[in-house]
Amino acid sequence: MAEMKLITGKDAIRDALIEEMKRDPKVFLLGEDLEQATFGVTDGLIEEFGSERVRNTPISENAIVGAAIGAALTGMRPVAEIMFADFLMDAMDPIVNTMAKARFMTGGQAKVPMVIRTPSGAGLSAGAQHSQSPEALFMHIPGIKIAVPSTPYDMKGLLKTAIRSDDPVLFFEHKMLYYEGGDVHVGDYTLPFGKADIKRKGKDITIVAVLAMVKKALLAADMLAADGIEVEIVDPMTLNPLDMETIIGSLKKTKRLMTIEEGARTGGIGAEIAARVAEEALDYLDAPIKRLGGRDCPIPFSPVLEEAMYPTEDSIAAAVKQMLG
Amino acid sequence: MDKKFLLGLYETMFRIRTFEEEVKKQFEDGNIPGFIHLGSGQEAVSAGACAAIKPDDNIGSTHRGHANLIAKGGRTDRMMAELFARETGSCKGRGGCLHITDMSVGSLGANGIVAAGIIVANGAALSAKLQHNNKVVLTFFGDGATNQGKFHEAMNLASLWALPNVFICENNLYGEATPLAKHMKIKDIAVRAKAYDMPGVVVDGQDVLAVFDAVTEAVKRAREGKGPTLIEAKTYRFHGHHIGDPETYRTKEEVEEWMEKRDPIKLFKAKLLKEFKVNASDIDSIDKKILKEIEDAVKFAAQSPTPDPSNLTENVYA
Repeated sequence: MAEMKLITGKDAIRDALIEEMKRDPKVFLLGEDLEQATFGVTDGLIEEFGSERVRNTPISENAIVGAAIGAALTGMRPVAEIMFADFLMDAMDPIVNTMAKARFMTGGQAKVPMVIRTPSGAGLSAGAQHSQSPEALFMHIPGIKIAVPSTPYDMKGLLKTAIRSDDPVLFFEHKMLYYEGGDVHVGDYTLPFGKADIKRKGKDITIVAVLAMVKKALLAADMLAADGIEVEIVDPMTLNPLDMETIIGSLKKTKRLMTIEEGARTGGIGAEIAARVAEEALDYLDAPIKRLGGRDCPIPFSPVLEEAMYPTEDSIAAAVKQMLG
Repeated sequence: MDKKFLLGLYETMFRIRTFEEEVKKQFEDGNIPGFIHLGSGQEAVSAGACAAIKPDDNIGSTHRGHANLIAKGGRTDRMMAELFARETGSCKGRGGCLHITDMSVGSLGANGIVAAGIIVANGAALSAKLQHNNKVVLTFFGDGATNQGKFHEAMNLASLWALPNVFICENNLYGEATPLAKHMKIKDIAVRAKAYDMPGVVVDGQDVLAVFDAVTEAVKRAREGKGPTLIEAKTYRFHGHHIGDPETYRTKEEVEEWMEKRDPIKLFKAKLLKEFKVNASDIDSIDKKILKEIEDAVKFAAQSPTPDPSNLTENVYA
């Protein structure tokens, strides 16, 4: 058995960055305020690796993503940080029109081995422009791999895979998971993209949840277990590629499917999963699919209102009971 | 100056012109689909600039990118096949005019999005710095691109990090269908360099030697680690923004005057004969060679297979 240690999410990310930078001199970091380290992820990395490899940038998201693309096209493996996922919108052009398409539109001449890491999600009363969960937006863009880790163990293993990937990867780090603890392997390990992880086994209903919603689903599952309801929780780990095989395998057993995400329900992750299940596995379902998610509303500042935006363990448990009749 | 070098500049410009005029004909004959943006009239900028760098240096390019790529050494047969949307094209028919690229000669790619290539070119320059390989990047863009936020973000970052990136504005006086005076208040785009504490140089974009000299100096500065330069080459496109552009924004007389008096190839040919005492027969044999090359490129393109739809989704991912 490999040695384990208990660390926070932010330190799991940090460990992955440190280990990958030590392993491969082509890996370097760039982003805003990396020196001060907004959420602590890049704490001390300039001291360790120097300001050539850990590059503090101006507040210029287009220039950051563009520079990462250009560096990736010419032999480097950049890891760019976009300080808040909301700021990805500033750089939509290089992300969508260049990063995602360079390999394809050059007929395979280009490769773009880069990662954009970005803190997403609500919970800090940060308001409508610092709290969004825009993962699903990027599922609509062919050419971008998307990682959505929910535990420190997954964060470290998936980030290493992302950095070693020859495709561009958008790596979402939910802010509320940065300070949650979890066991990780000491030293090197990777986790595959496109392989869902069953976070809890059960026979009565399949819940597909991502990022911070995995923990809420687990809490709801504990509550439901007291009533004799066994919930199976599938964490897809990556949205592109999306492991429909594991999701469908689970619902063949449970006959029921619920999806939970933090982003807006409309056009969301659950919408895509529900559509694919409707196409590929409708006959296995004994009940309509239930999608839980953020309300179709910008994210409010008020903590009371912010809490009302999202599924909670109580609302998840109630929705499960309703589905099971 | 070395005659071989001078004839080389002429050859590049004549290759670009012949290619572009043949593309226009092939498009009008229905052999090329899509939107085509021609660079006739702007040959001296690409030819002069690319003569100032080495084969393993990189260039960033634009929607009007054929000239940039030819000057960097792109093969005209594979480029023609790309425009014909054939499997033998440099991008296997997946890119077309707007995305024409040959990475084997150091092109980072043409771009359908105005100013998109500038920020990417910075990254290649950063790469050179991190790899200590002394490479430089030339970033081509138009006058319209300098009104984009990406241009300003890129200029600031390149200046701050002293990136070996030479910013080359091909100011052809029109941003698509809008004349310069209607899209910016300044007369010389080069003044924008001041805001980023880098040299800003105006050069006659119809004079291939003037372009070569300006870029040579900027490249030297870049290789010495002194950072970027903004070069504004004043030039003119002989055709519309794209083939089929109704060109309501300029007069026929204006275009004819430029073609008559400011054609960079005519100007340079006259200079070669008068000032540099080049034999007319040397120029003629270049012309013959290029005309044959482009004729062969069309044959190659026309005979090449179209892509196989069963391979449609290849190269979306590694």
